[in-house]
Amino acid sequence: MAALKFAKTHEWIRLEDDGLATVGISAYAVEALTDLVFMQLPEVGRQVKAGESIGEIESVKAVSDFYAPVSGQVVAVNGVLPNELETLGKDPYGAGWLVKLRPSDTGELAPLLDTTAYDALVKSQPH
Amino acid sequence: MPTPLLETPLAGWHVAHGGRMVGFAGWTMPVQYASIVDEHLATRQAAGMFDVSHMGRLAITGPAAIGWLESLLTRHVADLAPGQVRYTLVTSDEGPTSLAILDDALVARDADAADGTPRLALVVNASNRDRVVAWLTSRLPAAGVSLVDQTRGTAMIAVQGPLAVGIVTGLCPAAHAARIAALGNYRATTATVAGRSAAVSRTGYTGEDGLELVVAAADAVPVWEAIHVAGAGHGLRACGLGARDTLRLEAGMPLYGHELVAASDPFAIGLGFAVNLTATDGSPRNFPGAVALRDLQATPARLVRVGLLFDGKRAAREGSVATRPGDATAIVGGVTSGSYCPTLGAAAAMALVDRDAAAAGTRLDVLIRDSATPARVTPLPLHRRPATRS
Repeated sequence: MAALKFAKTHEWIRLEDDGLATVGISAYAVEALTDLVFMQLPEVGRQVKAGESIGEIESVKAVSDFYAPVSGQVVAVNGVLPNELETLGKDPYGAGWLVKLRPSDTGELAPLLDTTAYDALVKSQPH
Repeated sequence: MPTPLLETPLAGWHVAHGGRMVGFAGWTMPVQYASIVDEHLATRQAAGMFDVSHMGRLAITGPAAIGWLESLLTRHVADLAPGQVRYTLVTSDEGPTSLAILDDALVARDADAADGTPRLALVVNASNRDRVVAWLTSRLPAAGVSLVDQTRGTAMIAVQGPLAVGIVTGLCPAAHAARIAALGNYRATTATVAGRSAAVSRTGYTGEDGLELVVAAADAVPVWEAIHVAGAGHGLRACGLGARDTLRLEAGMPLYGHELVAASDPFAIGLGFAVNLTATDGSPRNFPGAVALRDLQATPARLVRVGLLFDGKRAAREGSVATRPGDATAIVGGVTSGSYCPTLGAAAAMALVDRDAAAAGTRLDVLIRDSATPARVTPLPLHRRPATRS
């Protein structure tokens, strides 16, 4: 199992042994959002481009989009998550996954941030 | 270069206690400390304390102060007793309709000065303070009234919730505690709280019982900390502007810039009670904008303010369009404020809708990010506290 990579927009992605990529949102993003109340996931089968909004997550205060870190096809979504949003806080890199993509070009993972670079990005944020 | 944000005397406390600071109406204020939901529910179930020092506090004194405010505000001032507070609008007669609502405010009459001079206070919205001060200053008579903006020299702390009065009175000498406990709604007094002088009123913006305290800026941190410590064992939490907004939304209270704007018809948004067009002696009042307000009162508006309740948690936000069910072209109005509401456990909103779509129980669709979301019209307030005080 490959290491996590991160988008600057706070999604994580992990290339699995079966060639699919699992996507979620970082613990930092979940903590920053707080008070999650609603999530909309994309439809299975949808073709997405890197950087495209593939859903929304809403806290009491605001609505945020989340974005596909790489291009590809949505092959699965974590359908129980919208009804169990607390899972995002408890296990953001495991049971709190959002979607599985079949990447059209795994080369798009290369420019994403590794854990060290992402941690540095987070530390530079205001809180 | 952007203007630096103003800090209340409690800004350092907020940062030290994990407050997430945001810019609001020119001030840096905590939107939340940890969870808006937890802060909201603490206020409903026990108590919440809020730094509302960004609100504008204007002292209006002098032998002609009462008559002057009576001539300017939509609400009767002449018959205010010392220690009484009223909600009012501040209007001007400028603009194409000869009416602009500059703000909504609380006007309070404090105890007279020792020489009998009347002393009054206006609490105005932070976002409108500059223009309200400018407007009032432009109308000051040559003598007899003094207007002083005391916002920066003081702090204002709201303590709200069923346990709020008990927590604050526990920090007062017995006689002062009894005086505060006996205050009716919209009544005010002065007291020593945690050893410091405070103006104390039974007012708030949450729909709960509670108090608002005004203290000298230098006393803000010690008074705040004393209340915070005294309330901790009772479930009191420090709350940010996020919870303040969800609490007032559930309580059906308008927020200037959202439900209430310069061109609003107060009679259509449930604020007719704040417009006294007739003096207590039966004569017509002529405050700025009174003529236009008489016309508005005589002509029912097309749009009226209602509550909307959703089945789910996805919130409509300001600007979301409301339509007849299943017909996206049949627009009947729009949302002015909306959020997930923690006490209701569902999303809710306030909206301005056509009068014939405003009956309680009317089914509407609200477009939330292009998704037609069913809602039903619900009387305001969306949440009402139990009638008896604990």
